[in-house]
Amino acid sequence: MPSKLIEKTMRVNRLPHIWCPGCGHGILMRDVAQAIENCGLDPDKVVIVSGIGCSSRAAGYMNYNTLHTTHGRAIAFATGVKLANPELTVIVITGDGDATAIGGNHLIHACRRNIDLTVVVFNNNIYGMTGGQYSPTTPHGEKGTTAPYGNIDYNFDIPKLAESAGATYTARGTAFHVPQMIKLIENGIKHHGFSLIEGLSVCPTYYGRKNKKGSAVDMYNWQKENCIDAAKAQKMSAEELEGKILTGEMSRCEKPEYTDMYMEIIRKCGGDK
Amino acid sequence: MENKKLVINPAWCKGCGICAAFCPKEVLAIVHEKVQLINEADCIKCGLCELRCPDYAIYIEKEGE
Repeated sequence: MPSKLIEKTMRVNRLPHIWCPGCGHGILMRDVAQAIENCGLDPDKVVIVSGIGCSSRAAGYMNYNTLHTTHGRAIAFATGVKLANPELTVIVITGDGDATAIGGNHLIHACRRNIDLTVVVFNNNIYGMTGGQYSPTTPHGEKGTTAPYGNIDYNFDIPKLAESAGATYTARGTAFHVPQMIKLIENGIKHHGFSLIEGLSVCPTYYGRKNKKGSAVDMYNWQKENCIDAAKAQKMSAEELEGKILTGEMSRCEKPEYTDMYMEIIRKCGGDK
Repeated sequence: MENKKLVINPAWCKGCGICAAFCPKEVLAIVHEKVQLINEADCIKCGLCELRCPDYAIYIEKEGE
């Protein structure tokens, strides 16, 4: 007996999902489903594409056209889907490792092309599925099973990375701030061009335990205290913003979209006759 | 508010306690690793528990839906 939203948007016979108690991915997956609903899209015209990792299990649970692909390649598959059928709404659900390490190149080149995909990165700051190895978003100094003395790498700022590579809509939300996250995904879906929304998740099992962050509830409390809406942050001093993470819409601009330009080439060359 | 009901699906609850911790009226509790509504009278059916439940185990049902 699930809620109306879950009954409509999820494969209920696959639930409960396998994510750990307190994992933020379940919250973020619901946000994606609610955003699709809010956009009023025909479920038959929505495609969810995922790669490999904890995040990418989402494609198995969501009741749309779904494609669970190889590690890091979700955006490459999604590009193919979108080019073959530009009328489809293609949403990629990926993780921090899948999107920025294994699939780092696919990410930046899809950004560069400004193809109309909506990429939602479930960022839990670690490789959860394989046992807690540090990822490109593990903060500097934090621990993972492969960084037992602290990570000496500096982490990516995913929306900044996407923006500088050419994405025309970038945003960051959290698992804790649900209405904001739903709105950001909704705006990303409506945006005609490449959209990237980073969703800060919570991994109590690996990231939390390795770094002594306490319980799942403690980790959501951390998000509540430390993730500040960018609009609100403008009224705060540099000292107040020390160590805080900004959320909300990070960038937006309009540029010709890739499949539009591709169809224009086909039309010019007489391929539509 | 009368036409809303709080529904709990214990089979899906993993006992993480997020709903109880962030309930503005503190009407939820984790009992034997499952969520329970311990103070129905004070529940304002705001639905924050539904939004933050990672397992879709708690939600507000509207009558007639």
